[in-house]
Amino acid sequence: MILTLRNTFTEIGNATLFAKQFFKEVFVPPYEAKELLKQCYIIGYKSLPLVAITGFIMGLVLTLQSRPTLVKFGAESWLPGMVALSLIREIAPVITALICAGKISSGIGAELGSMKVTEQIDAMEVSAINPYNYLVVTRILACTLMVPLLVFFADAIGILGGYIGVNIHGDVNFYRYMTQIFQSLEFLDLFPATIKTFFFGFFIGMIGCYKGFNAANGTESVGRAANSAVVTASLAIFILDMVAVQITDLFFVQ
Amino acid sequence: MIKEKENIEPKTKKTKEESKTPMIVIKDLHKTFGKDNKVLQGVNLTVNKGEDLVILGRSGSGKSVTIKCIVGLIEPDKGEIKVFDENVLNLSKKDLNEIRVRIGFLFQSGALYDSMSVRENLAFTLRKHKSELTAEEIESEVIEALDNVGLADAIDKMPSELSGGMQKRIGLARTLILKPEIILYDEPTTGLDTITSREISELILDIKHKQKTTSIIITHDMACAKLTADRIMVLKDGKIHAEGTYEELEKDEDEWVRSFFE
Repeated sequence: MILTLRNTFTEIGNATLFAKQFFKEVFVPPYEAKELLKQCYIIGYKSLPLVAITGFIMGLVLTLQSRPTLVKFGAESWLPGMVALSLIREIAPVITALICAGKISSGIGAELGSMKVTEQIDAMEVSAINPYNYLVVTRILACTLMVPLLVFFADAIGILGGYIGVNIHGDVNFYRYMTQIFQSLEFLDLFPATIKTFFFGFFIGMIGCYKGFNAANGTESVGRAANSAVVTASLAIFILDMVAVQITDLFFVQ
Repeated sequence: MIKEKENIEPKTKKTKEESKTPMIVIKDLHKTFGKDNKVLQGVNLTVNKGEDLVILGRSGSGKSVTIKCIVGLIEPDKGEIKVFDENVLNLSKKDLNEIRVRIGFLFQSGALYDSMSVRENLAFTLRKHKSELTAEEIESEVIEALDNVGLADAIDKMPSELSGGMQKRIGLARTLILKPEIILYDEPTTGLDTITSREISELILDIKHKQKTTSIIITHDMACAKLTADRIMVLKDGKIHAEGTYEELEKDEDEWVRSFFE
């Protein structure tokens, strides 16, 4: 028990030092713009179909599940606003981040883990190329930039799913549906939710890179790095979300 | 004519002196992994300019650890490593990188970047260190490096499409593209068939003659050692146990040393 606790704290300490190195190297040339764009394409563009499907289902299911309760209270007209608020403030950021943890963090963990095991990272190092700058900085930065965009995309698709959900049992035109949404939304609903997605992105990238970069020798460790990246990143997302909600509550809710 | 003679003479003398110039000097190198896994326990060695030194030893005897210490991949616990007369253990990251550019390292697996094609694998290193080169110049250097290892046809292939021997050759081409003065070979023929092993050994010899490189070759392959070694060192219990030419060690009094040659 004590040993596990000690290992956990050691791991947190090492991960913090790893993250500190990111802030040290992110502003130092050479800037790997080409690799950053490539990672943005892989992390952002290639995740679009998955995020679109889950976003659509989130919106549709949330609408269908919430409708009976609202009908009971005669508040069916609040349905678009409620769905949009739930999606934008909580559900889309968290679910999208969890999906990214599963897809991106594990992918980065496995990729860097396999590069470590097959000595590709060492090969970069002995060629006097900074592997942290080339592999880690670009991936963390790409995740930090792309996850918020993916969340916006999930918001939009979720709202579209909600529109279809509303129209399964009723008849609301798209203009009216969107007007109801915009009437119930405020800037402060969007702002804290967007800020936390940058943190989600950063941690998804950082944990994936940390696990991969520190994989032990042997192919078994590649699978372990990928698995551990998903579990740790998912846990980090929930903890960050809890902290973000507390901070939002403190500063933005009157 | 006389003037020309005068000019030539000192050059010849210098070449003789150069051959005795130590390029790598290791003194009292110690490395322990974990609590008590003492891998290196006082390794001392010198490699002179233009020399091919082969290091033999059983698996886990610290051969790879020694050459990884030279390029700063592993930090030793104690000792001194001088490369080009600079103590690499005291250098800043920037200065160490300047030395690393002058050292080539061929990994056991080739260590090709598997997300890049052969062309990109070679061009990547070149682009990072010779930013002044145009795209055409980079392409011609890549082709030249691939020609040197006889694999110009593989330029558009991905590493996964290459055989083990081809991967090592491409790895060697990538190492040679920066024209290093020292090359460290980590088991260059391991896992290859006899014919391919011989081809790689001949390639090492060819590189030595063409590019006048200094090398350390870690190997278990005695055919490779016989072909490439100017001098052989045998590692045992973390120390240099025996040293000599192939012919000398083949007839060594120590049965354990002789067992490598049987």
